[in-house]
Amino acid sequence: MSDPMSNKPHAAAIEGWHTLGEQPHLIGTRCCGCGTYFFPKQTHYCKNPDCDSSEFEEVELSRTGTVWSYTNACYKPPAPFVAAEPFEPYTIAAVQLEKEQMTVLGQVVEGVSTADLKVGMPMELVLETLHETEDDIKVTWKWKPVA
Amino acid sequence: MSNEIAILGAGMHPWGKWGHNFVEYGVAAAREALADAGVPWRDVRFVSGGATVRCGYPGYVAGATFAQALGWQGAEVNTSYAACASGSQALAAARNKILAGECEVALVVGADTTPKGFLAPAGGYRPEDPDWVRFYLGITNPTYFALYARRRMDLYGDTQADFAKVKVKNAAAGSKNPRARYKKCFTEEDVAASAMVADPLRLMDICATSDGGAALIVSSVDYAKRIGKGDAPRIAAISTVTPSFASGVVEMPDIATDSAAAEGIDAQSFRAALPIKAYEEAGIGPEDVDVAEVYDLSTALELDWIEDLRLCERGDAAKLLRAGDTSIGGRIPVNPSGGLACFGEAVPAQALAQVCELTWQLRGQSGERQVQGAKVGITANQGLFGHGSSVIIKR
Ligand SMILES: [Zn+2]
Repeated sequence: MSDPMSNKPHAAAIEGWHTLGEQPHLIGTRCCGCGTYFFPKQTHYCKNPDCDSSEFEEVELSRTGTVWSYTNACYKPPAPFVAAEPFEPYTIAAVQLEKEQMTVLGQVVEGVSTADLKVGMPMELVLETLHETEDDIKVTWKWKPVA
Repeated sequence: MSNEIAILGAGMHPWGKWGHNFVEYGVAAAREALADAGVPWRDVRFVSGGATVRCGYPGYVAGATFAQALGWQGAEVNTSYAACASGSQALAAARNKILAGECEVALVVGADTTPKGFLAPAGGYRPEDPDWVRFYLGITNPTYFALYARRRMDLYGDTQADFAKVKVKNAAAGSKNPRARYKKCFTEEDVAASAMVADPLRLMDICATSDGGAALIVSSVDYAKRIGKGDAPRIAAISTVTPSFASGVVEMPDIATDSAAAEGIDAQSFRAALPIKAYEEAGIGPEDVDVAEVYDLSTALELDWIEDLRLCERGDAAKLLRAGDTSIGGRIPVNPSGGLACFGEAVPAQALAQVCELTWQLRGQSGERQVQGAKVGITANQGLFGHGSSVIIKR
């Protein structure tokens, strides 16, 4: 958890995987040949067996979807995960995006437990702290129940 | 049937955390299988090994490593690596050799030693490596099994008590298996008292990793008949199909599924696809199966497999479990060996261990674990990077 008094700048934990700002989107690609979406971005070959296109356009993925399933992490994962001390369990969700017909994993925002979730529940994408470094606060995408 | 081969011998080094060289386990399993078959080592003309990627170069060339350890005698060798399905792919290579008429008897063997300490991805900033990405974001192996388990609860009404029942059932079976690593019986209360790892799965819902070795001696049906073993169990099918795009189930180590947005593309389940080819090849259906050995990396995953093998309708596996149908003595016993719950996973040996168990079951040699009158058995497993297998044996 980040110190709310910290003046450090925010930076994407993984650069180029999502937009920054109030209404963030994951950034993927779409095959120009068949319309298949890719996240993370795919730019050299299409994985659709019926498509041999090598042209892709960068696209923002839908920032809302529905819960496919969910769990939590009760134990501290190994590095490269950077854990807060003491370790705080966090919730994880797999969210289905309707238009893209794909499911994307991510942590769920702080304060939401597995007891608050159900398969099919609407979720939206937000940014939240993953960990802090000496220089900045690393933020990443997380899923949040739609109010 | 022209595409069948005979299983003449089966052997296993007991599973455990022994800390020895993997070659020792493979050789022990191979010698037991040779003795069980009554076949002299020099008659084996093809040695097919399941590779281990944890034991250096000898593990990458496991077929040759085992052949040398047993004493070079000029047999041809093969090594297969296919994650959890390595043993099945090594078995398929032996079957092809036999059915092509290039050899009569083959040894198939897999063995592994668990690594010391935790296998974490390399450090630095490496977003092109899916394993680095998911660990950085806090997504570990149990995450995936827990997602599948929780989905069952919300969709089909399975409970944590049901998952505990799987553990209790498998522990009871494994307690009667001298080759199992864990031979202790547990109660549902024991499972409920173990630490939560990834909600809804507790420590006792998730399998460990183990040392172990398993081996089979397989031959042409002609050869089996010549040595008076024409009634030996036969391998009727080996499916090692890859997934079909688009995979609709998020799989380790990925952060997302395939997209099924393109025209003519539907979301697919890899697990459900694996047995389809096996049933077709064997010319039988799920209704013909007497016993199954499935890959219970978690307790809840055993229930998924029961449905993937079409031993019941989708969503009904917990009903079978509660009725005792999947216990030894039930209508369709699943994991009479005790499963991964009692063995722990020894990757290149595990698919062969499943076939070893079915071989003893079909011969009626399983003692207190015996599934009475078993004539047809099926295995199923799935591992990383599109590897998986399903083998049918019958007698
Ligand atoms: Zn395409």
